[in-house]
Amino acid sequence: MNELIGTIDWSRAQFALTAMYHWLFVPLTIGLALIVAIMETIYVRTGQKAWKGITKFWMTLFGINFACGIATGLILEFQFGTNWSNYSWFVGDIFGAPLAIEGLFAFFLEATFVAVMFFGWNKVGKRFHLTATWLTAIGVTLSAFWILVANAWMQNPVGMEFDPTQMRNVMTDFWAVAFNSVAINKFFHAVFSGWTLAGVFVCGISCWMLWRRRNIEAARRSIKTGAWVGLAGLLLTMYTGHGSAVEVARVQPMKLAAMEGLYDGHVNEELILFGIYNSEIETNPQAEPIKAKIAFPGGLSFLANGKTGTFVPGINDLIEGREITPAGDTINTISYRERMSRGAAAQQALRDYDQCVACGDTAGMEIARKEIAANYQYFGYGFLNTPEEAIPPVGLTFYSFHIMVALGMFLLLFFLVALYAVYRRPAFFDKKIVLFIGLLSIPAVWICSQAGWIVAEVGRQPWIVQDKMTTGSGISDIGSGAVQTTFWIFAILFTLLLVAEISIMLRQISRRSKKDIQNDND
Amino acid sequence: MLSVKSIIDFYRDGFRSMTVGRSLWLLIIIKVAIIFGVLKVFFFPDILSGKTSPGHDEGAVVRNEIMARGHSTAATDASHR
Repeated sequence: MNELIGTIDWSRAQFALTAMYHWLFVPLTIGLALIVAIMETIYVRTGQKAWKGITKFWMTLFGINFACGIATGLILEFQFGTNWSNYSWFVGDIFGAPLAIEGLFAFFLEATFVAVMFFGWNKVGKRFHLTATWLTAIGVTLSAFWILVANAWMQNPVGMEFDPTQMRNVMTDFWAVAFNSVAINKFFHAVFSGWTLAGVFVCGISCWMLWRRRNIEAARRSIKTGAWVGLAGLLLTMYTGHGSAVEVARVQPMKLAAMEGLYDGHVNEELILFGIYNSEIETNPQAEPIKAKIAFPGGLSFLANGKTGTFVPGINDLIEGREITPAGDTINTISYRERMSRGAAAQQALRDYDQCVACGDTAGMEIARKEIAANYQYFGYGFLNTPEEAIPPVGLTFYSFHIMVALGMFLLLFFLVALYAVYRRPAFFDKKIVLFIGLLSIPAVWICSQAGWIVAEVGRQPWIVQDKMTTGSGISDIGSGAVQTTFWIFAILFTLLLVAEISIMLRQISRRSKKDIQNDND
Repeated sequence: MLSVKSIIDFYRDGFRSMTVGRSLWLLIIIKVAIIFGVLKVFFFPDILSGKTSPGHDEGAVVRNEIMARGHSTAATDASHR
């Protein structure tokens, strides 16, 4: 058992490391593609050569980031086959289909039009080139869509039924999987956060150019575009974040409770703006879960279902079976102990089914199949030893959520100040402290983005497929030593690659910013 | 009319005129070589196909492993009491 726990922990650590490394590049690719497309549109519509030079400068950085991100996601697929083989089989075609579509459709779209973007400046017409740039932006966004569809299915498994003969879930409704409400929210939330991240990146690099007194006019123009895209992205990220919270309250209420460190829910539940999680609550139910808190009354109730006066269940409420309906009504549903019983009943029926197959008992198979179907909703609870095992790591989820929100608020202020300054107070950008804050915002936005994923993925533990499969049951029966070895190989490899990639990026920014960007019209 | 030759020329000229692109392609080639030539070959075997023997399909292997980690109804009921 200890060996299995070691394998789970190392496999999770390895997957998290790879996914977080991959996610360093993806949001910048999505957002920068849009910003470059907007800049080129301005160039084509106004005919101002300066915008062509600015477009080419940011397009080079887009290209570097795009190349650095290529193939890093493939490692995740290897891990599915080796570390997560039970999971891969269990979800099979449902998880595989969106990934295959992503590979076939979006990747080829990108590969074709990215070439026109970089090689076609003097070879194809202006409008054809602009079309290629926009299609690249659309292509990278569609790539994200299919990946997020696959991820959203794990958070809210829909459009499938379990086939005990194959021991896997089979897709019954492709459109239910593709337009899963969680997927739609997650897609827009992730894409808009990419716009925000790229907006900060453009503003931050432009601040550095202003600091070094290079290409001042190009930097100011870049700040205008970056800040508008970033502000629009951030406001839409906040709006879709609210939509995500509503979805989480509906399909993963335990995650919402963990995000707020909420153990005992109330009507008109407050939203914590600042607080210190008290881990003593995990062993002492009388302890105060959040210390030194500053909270907004009714905020969490509003976040969960749009009404301040409604009840939001805490961790203890959920374990006892108290939940809310999408309409905001409190209901007593079945407790986690009952879910564990039903999960165990589904698993026992699966064993019975197997025995009936072995002895050719068709009638017994049918009875077992019906028993599995009746309890399959709680299949995963059969893997739990206690209801408390269904609680995610609350401290990490709580802090990640609040770091994400706090940095989001900082970025809102950042964009508003940047836009005000660039239009009304250009002298503001003469102050070194302002430019330094602009530069510092670059790591801040990446931390914000990564924190969002930690909330999404740590907050849904112990589930690898919500309510259907625990992370522990999805793991392969392999030794932890092998996973540990590859974890360290990745840690070294990713560090080396990241150093190489950042140095290429910085060298190009430095070298190209020394030239007159606005007259780089080759 | 767009011919195959013009498309080939387009890509050939594009690659020839690359500047920073050369470093990036080198980086991509090294990365892909490590991923497919080392990691995939030596560290990431397909576990399920390795465990499958005649008469035992992949579903059966997964079923055995997963069910060994679950609980029977009787065991769960006992733990509740």
